[in-house]
Amino acid sequence: MLEVIDLHVNYGGITALRGINLTIEENQIVTLIGANGAGKSSTLRAIMGLVAKSNGKVLYKGEDFTNLPTKDIVARGIAMVPEGRRVFADLTVEENLILGAYTRSDQKAIANDIKSVYDTFPRLKERSWQKAGTLSGGEQQMLAVGRALMVNPKILMMDEPSLGLAPLLVKDIFDIINILRERGNTILLVEQNARKALEIADYAYVLETGQLVLEGPGKTLLEDQRVQEAYLGVAR
Amino acid sequence: MGDVSIFLQHLTNGISLGSLYALIAIGYTMVYGILRLINFAHGDIFMLGVYLTFYGVIYTPLPWWLVFILAPLLTGFIGILLEKVAYKPLRGSARITILISAIGASFLLQNLGIVIFGGRPRAFPVPQLLNHVIKLGGVSINVVTFIIPAVSILLLIGLTYFTTKTKTGLAMRALSKDYETASLMGIDINRIISITFFMGSFLAAIGGILWGSRYPQLMPLMGAMPGLKSFIAAVVGGIGNITGAVIGGFILGLGEIMLVAFLPRLSGYRDAFAFVLLIIILLVKPSGLMGNKVTEKV
Ligand SMILES: Nc1ncnc2c1ncn2[C@@H]1O[C@H](COP(=O)(O)OP(=O)(O)OP(=O)(O)O)[C@@H](O)[C@H]1O
Ligand SMILES: [Mg+2]
Repeated sequence: MLEVIDLHVNYGGITALRGINLTIEENQIVTLIGANGAGKSSTLRAIMGLVAKSNGKVLYKGEDFTNLPTKDIVARGIAMVPEGRRVFADLTVEENLILGAYTRSDQKAIANDIKSVYDTFPRLKERSWQKAGTLSGGEQQMLAVGRALMVNPKILMMDEPSLGLAPLLVKDIFDIINILRERGNTILLVEQNARKALEIADYAYVLETGQLVLEGPGKTLLEDQRVQEAYLGVAR
Repeated sequence: MGDVSIFLQHLTNGISLGSLYALIAIGYTMVYGILRLINFAHGDIFMLGVYLTFYGVIYTPLPWWLVFILAPLLTGFIGILLEKVAYKPLRGSARITILISAIGASFLLQNLGIVIFGGRPRAFPVPQLLNHVIKLGGVSINVVTFIIPAVSILLLIGLTYFTTKTKTGLAMRALSKDYETASLMGIDINRIISITFFMGSFLAAIGGILWGSRYPQLMPLMGAMPGLKSFIAAVVGGIGNITGAVIGGFILGLGEIMLVAFLPRLSGYRDAFAFVLLIIILLVKPSGLMGNKVTEKV
């Protein structure tokens, strides 16, 4: 469904990605794990067209996305929850959600989706008229996820959605990811919480300093000794 | 004629001038909010708006009221063009580079004005409807003094509706805070920037028409001083903040008129008032009266 071929990204003199290949099949949960600075965010940002690719291709259902502007990528149904929430602090919770649906014009379905985001995150409903900047960090993260869902995406890419959340909320986020997959969505998940991510992932990639070093089904990587030592904190 | 009625006369004059500054200041502040750019050519866009109206009324068979609508629309498109030519190619460059381009665009428009419109002052064709004096309790006031704030307030209400209730208005506010995340919402950044320039230029042209109806002398450099003062109004109010621009405009307009009225010996310093106010604000509250409160959580 989504194919990333030989992706390179440079920031000025710094090379962040040196040729990575990803395949994301429809209706799968794919996860990308790696240490800080490995290039996980850069991968997602390059797919969304937020940073320039110095080499490589992105294909979606056979269509070449490599040079498509971000707004067109979003309009074709790829959404991203950016790292660090990035809610619009001066806008209300509801306005943030409305903006999530910016590319859509089906008013009825939008209103329905806002309702279902509120059903998923009742906290947001209670605070729908509050400025997003006044929400707690965890509530902002819920809003960031809800806002991306408002795109009604076919592929949802999440950059560390559970960062800074209490364990109960982390569970909520992973539950949502499962629900989304059951509904037919495709998910590309970047996580610090490698164990949880590998547990739900159909397929996983391990990134080290801009290169893929390992890939395979999530369950297989959970058993892998190198992964256990480096990312799951299992002593030898 | 009592002191009260004289005071009221000055008050209406001050409000009237203040709303003109406010209309022009909004353009500075909206563009700054989106691009972090001081559009130095904004005062000259104001001048173009006045001249287009002048030529429309004098040289076309169109009724004046239609010209009063069409000329601002046309000015709005010139604003879009200005951005595409002078600023868009430099997006991502150092701010100083873009600032220099803005100053260059201002000089270019002023000198084009001199070449095309001629350096000789022209008289703005003020419609009879806007230009007659009425007597209110012993005070004679030109109706235009009332029309200016009335039109301005209507436009401000429209603008407030736009920025708070429409999807494009929301997108504009989102864009002014976070480009990248705004584009993740699927917002077409170029389109929003164009709309911003259109609206700012449109309002400046309306301000220009009202200005011309009150001070009916046209010159190609006429945009410089109102432009500068409105810019100061925007800074005083907190640049990037529309409400602040309006408040700043009224403070400047009222202050200027009251200074001349009550301290006539200082009337020669009329224009200096704005600069003194600017210096005070920059010393006391550099972010301006309505300057950004930080609500970001880390
Ligand atoms: N805007 C930028 N300018 C310069 N270098 C950057 C920029 N963004 C990222 N980098 C560098 O690129 C490399 C990859 O960064 P990236 O953000 O993709 O890592 P990450 O895997 O998401 O890390 P983390 O887990 O800390 O979020 C890092 O070395 C980082 O310093
Ligand atoms: Mg990251």
